[in-house]
Amino acid sequence: MGKRSVIPYGPQHPVLPEPVHIDLVVEDERVVEAIPSIGFIHRGLESLVDRRDFNQMTYVAERTCGICSFQHGMGYCEAVEHIMGVEVPDRAKFLRTLWAETSRMHSHLLWLGLLADGFGFENLFYQCWRVREKVLDIQEMTAGGRLIFSVNKVGGVLKDVTDDQLKFILATMDEVEAELKVIKETFFEDYSVKSRLVGVGVLTAEQINALGAVGPFARASGVNVDMRKLGYAAYPHIDFEPITSNDGDCYARCYVRMMEVFQSIDIIRQVIAKMPAEKDLAVAVKGNPDGEYFMRVEQPRGEAFYYVKGNGTPNLERMRIRTPTFANIPGLCEMLKNTELADIGLLILTIDPCISCTER
Amino acid sequence: MAEVINPQNILEEISVSDLLRRALELKKAGFRFSQAHAVYNSKDNKYELSYSFSDYSTYQLHSLRVVVDLDTVVPSITEIIPAAVFYENEMKELFGVKIEMISADLQNKLYRIEVDTPFGPKKEEA
Repeated sequence: MGKRSVIPYGPQHPVLPEPVHIDLVVEDERVVEAIPSIGFIHRGLESLVDRRDFNQMTYVAERTCGICSFQHGMGYCEAVEHIMGVEVPDRAKFLRTLWAETSRMHSHLLWLGLLADGFGFENLFYQCWRVREKVLDIQEMTAGGRLIFSVNKVGGVLKDVTDDQLKFILATMDEVEAELKVIKETFFEDYSVKSRLVGVGVLTAEQINALGAVGPFARASGVNVDMRKLGYAAYPHIDFEPITSNDGDCYARCYVRMMEVFQSIDIIRQVIAKMPAEKDLAVAVKGNPDGEYFMRVEQPRGEAFYYVKGNGTPNLERMRIRTPTFANIPGLCEMLKNTELADIGLLILTIDPCISCTER
Repeated sequence: MAEVINPQNILEEISVSDLLRRALELKKAGFRFSQAHAVYNSKDNKYELSYSFSDYSTYQLHSLRVVVDLDTVVPSITEIIPAAVFYENEMKELFGVKIEMISADLQNKLYRIEVDTPFGPKKEEA
């Protein structure tokens, strides 16, 4: 056994987009143990339930994260709607699905860019983020905000999308798809990309299940699970199958997320083709939530959990959000074992960590 | 149309002495651990602890609910479910739940926050 040292990694580090601290126990250049700690930006959003009513908590839930803001709002609203027995109009369900998938697209494109930047391919990083801007333009045009657009409410959505906007979205999807096909070739075929990703940070499906990992991180190890199959929003009307890989390495995680962007394009086309003509966007919600519900949605980073407990008053008794990144931390710690110190930054990136979500 | 799998969520209330046994039974039945969380019920001055398990072949969610007094010591499930380690540390640090034998007890260092047990009972309630 070589000499052991502890290297503090983060919370401030060039490769970390958000603050997480990991104590790396190393023998020479090899990591033997990783001990994480978080809380540097903990905001206590869940504790706002005693000061904000259940409708206002929609906006609090959306502010859990700047990237998957919409899906946090949707997950929270669906949980409250289950408790109150509210049936959301069909058009609102389809609009939720549309925005959920644009959120997934821009989140994955953000991550692909960060990954490229992480392994030193700056041009690829620029290209991913350039394409991402087109998706953000769609969100700004349809909802008024680029990232946090507050269109969810308990009972439906607040904004509609016009027919002209739907045509623009379809045209933009064609553009994004064509440009992504070029970018995909570089990610999947370039020698320098493969040399950094293939065979690095391998986790098996058994390890993923034992460690409770979720989302693309789990699907890249062959775990075929996608919470959209639960049939929330308009997903029962959409044809799709979870994208998986059996390799379990960094390259597989890149593959799954890249292919999920193409899948989102396909889902958006289906949503627009099947968009109900009726113009009802929300139903009136009377009373206060009384009861509890566990809601699960598939965010860009994986399964998110929303536990909502109401007591018949406007203020909830508890709102608990278990973010996908929190579920993926045990997997990350396991993955870091027996890896080279030089790969740590890339390995942390491949779980697509969102510490702001985790620090809700 | 896509196949929709939407099983009913199961919530099973158990006593704290049954926690390890039921966690082990669910694991052996093919469920994998999904999450755990605490609720501080100020009305009854008790903790409600929920441990959720998923069967990913059927998407079934099965949650175990344990209601305990503030000073009850709860056994850790991490020997059976290693993935629960950060959830139990969170319940301990943010709520003040007394959990013993966590496989990696981070000693209030998972969350680098200045306030002790911010989501738990206020000092005068405890």
